Amino acid sequence: MTQAGMINTRTRFTFLQRLLHWLMAISIIAMLFIGVGMVSTIAPKYVALVATHKTLGIAILVLAVVRIIVRLRSGTPPLPLDLPEPMKLGAKLSHYALYALMLAMPLLGWGMVSASGNPVVLLWGIHLPAILPHSDSLFTLLHTAHVTLAFAFFALILLHIAAGLFHALVRKDGVFQSMAGGDTVRNG
Amino acid sequence: MAQQSPGSSLASLALIAVVVAAGAGAFAYTAGWLSPDRVSGATLVQALTPPSGPALGHRRNHAKGICFTGTFEANGNGSELSRAQVFTAGQYPVLGRFNFSTPDPKAPDATSRVRGLGLQISTPDGNVWRSAMIDPPFFPVATPDAFYALLQASGSKDPDAMKTFAAAHPEIAAFGGWAGTAPWIESYAEETYNGLNAFLFIDRSGARHAVRWSLKPQAEVKSMSGEEFAKLGPDHLAEEITARVGKEPQHWTMVITVADASDPTADPSKAWPEDRRKVDVGTLTVDKIQPEADGPCRDINFDPTILPDGITVSDDPFPAARSAAYAKSFALRMSEEKDYPRGDAAKQGTQP
Repeated sequence: MTQAGMINTRTRFTFLQRLLHWLMAISIIAMLFIGVGMVSTIAPKYVALVATHKTLGIAILVLAVVRIIVRLRSGTPPLPLDLPEPMKLGAKLSHYALYALMLAMPLLGWGMVSASGNPVVLLWGIHLPAILPHSDSLFTLLHTAHVTLAFAFFALILLHIAAGLFHALVRKDGVFQSMAGGDTVRNG
Repeated sequence: MAQQSPGSSLASLALIAVVVAAGAGAFAYTAGWLSPDRVSGATLVQALTPPSGPALGHRRNHAKGICFTGTFEANGNGSELSRAQVFTAGQYPVLGRFNFSTPDPKAPDATSRVRGLGLQISTPDGNVWRSAMIDPPFFPVATPDAFYALLQASGSKDPDAMKTFAAAHPEIAAFGGWAGTAPWIESYAEETYNGLNAFLFIDRSGARHAVRWSLKPQAEVKSMSGEEFAKLGPDHLAEEITARVGKEPQHWTMVITVADASDPTADPSKAWPEDRRKVDVGTLTVDKIQPEADGPCRDINFDPTILPDGITVSDDPFPAARSAAYAKSFALRMSEEKDYPRGDAAKQGTQP
């Protein structure tokens, strides 16, 4: 460990980090459910679901950028010393993947709507610029990636929840509490 | 680290498995994977596909069409009803598509009773208004679910399927009457195109007005029997509009019909009474025709929920259902670009 000792002695993520984590947890899970739900229906709610999906997606993109900046500045509490190496590696890789998806999914969605030639309009009539040119092949590529990665994202979130609960219920090693908060005074 | 007995570990692992399974199950339910009867955009597109399969690279319905460009000149009269810039007096660029209802882009013109016009008007404030209109005065059925049932019945091998459908959806009789008796019109330029769906116009005070819109031709209407029309040739409509617009631009008046409080806005199978207030809001001018393969309308999704600020969806359930189905059709044909060649390849492809 070469990071500052101050960081390594923390047992919790900072309050801001926890706030961002749980706000984004709710937003991203809602987002994935809205996404698969909206394409499953022709009911009148379809229009509102699509508009909400676009708006929430941009909100998640902004939150993801803020969160990554905060993460780079605040670091993380160390993982337990007795955590087996494969689990440490799994934790590290899965978190990189989660951050990558938080950024990539909204950008793919925004790019896909741009490439479709449709105007990019959010709730409350907010217009965003197209970030890519109108193109069949770009649209198809981004649409396929957006849909495929959505399922990968949900699978990864299930894995993340399972791992968190494993730390909480089986290992009882404080990793879950570092994000969940709990019975000790928060620090950071 | 607190250690625990193997038994309680097992119970914890079981609990984790239950949480993960519940999450996956809720996701599958939301996605409709556990509800095979749920109608999605994909279901509608599948129902529109003929037994011989889809025409790859083309729209899944209204597949035969031709692009146009032109202008919409607003006269300012619509500003009282909607704050959308498109109704402020001025000229705005238009692109669109004449078409008729068929899953087959090579279908002879006389095989379809329903013709349409897709329209996009763009305004300097960045707003885009898209609409897809058809020439019947009302829609065949009252709800999207009934439309899906109609597609199923018309594709069914059961000889009584249409009879059963008509009994459950009596509104189809009026459409049958129109399709059986309305004269055939010789040109896209002479057609009236009706939006049919009700939308809400929002004026500058924020008040909402339920409306429908139509494009009325300024050209003289020449009509004939179906037999006479068929004799004009399988591609008459595209050839005729190309030649006609090549000689002089063609014009339509955009007419907004304002609903009374008593008028149904959720049912496009019911026309509103003729004496409803009508406002002429401007003129559509079509001054250039281009083949679809290379034309500007090819990659445009004329999704009726793409609306400018000042127009919004009403309780009419069709725009949402159409948007869902159009999105699916669009995604399919975009991925099939190679099956519908552009450029020189397209020109060779259309020459027999």
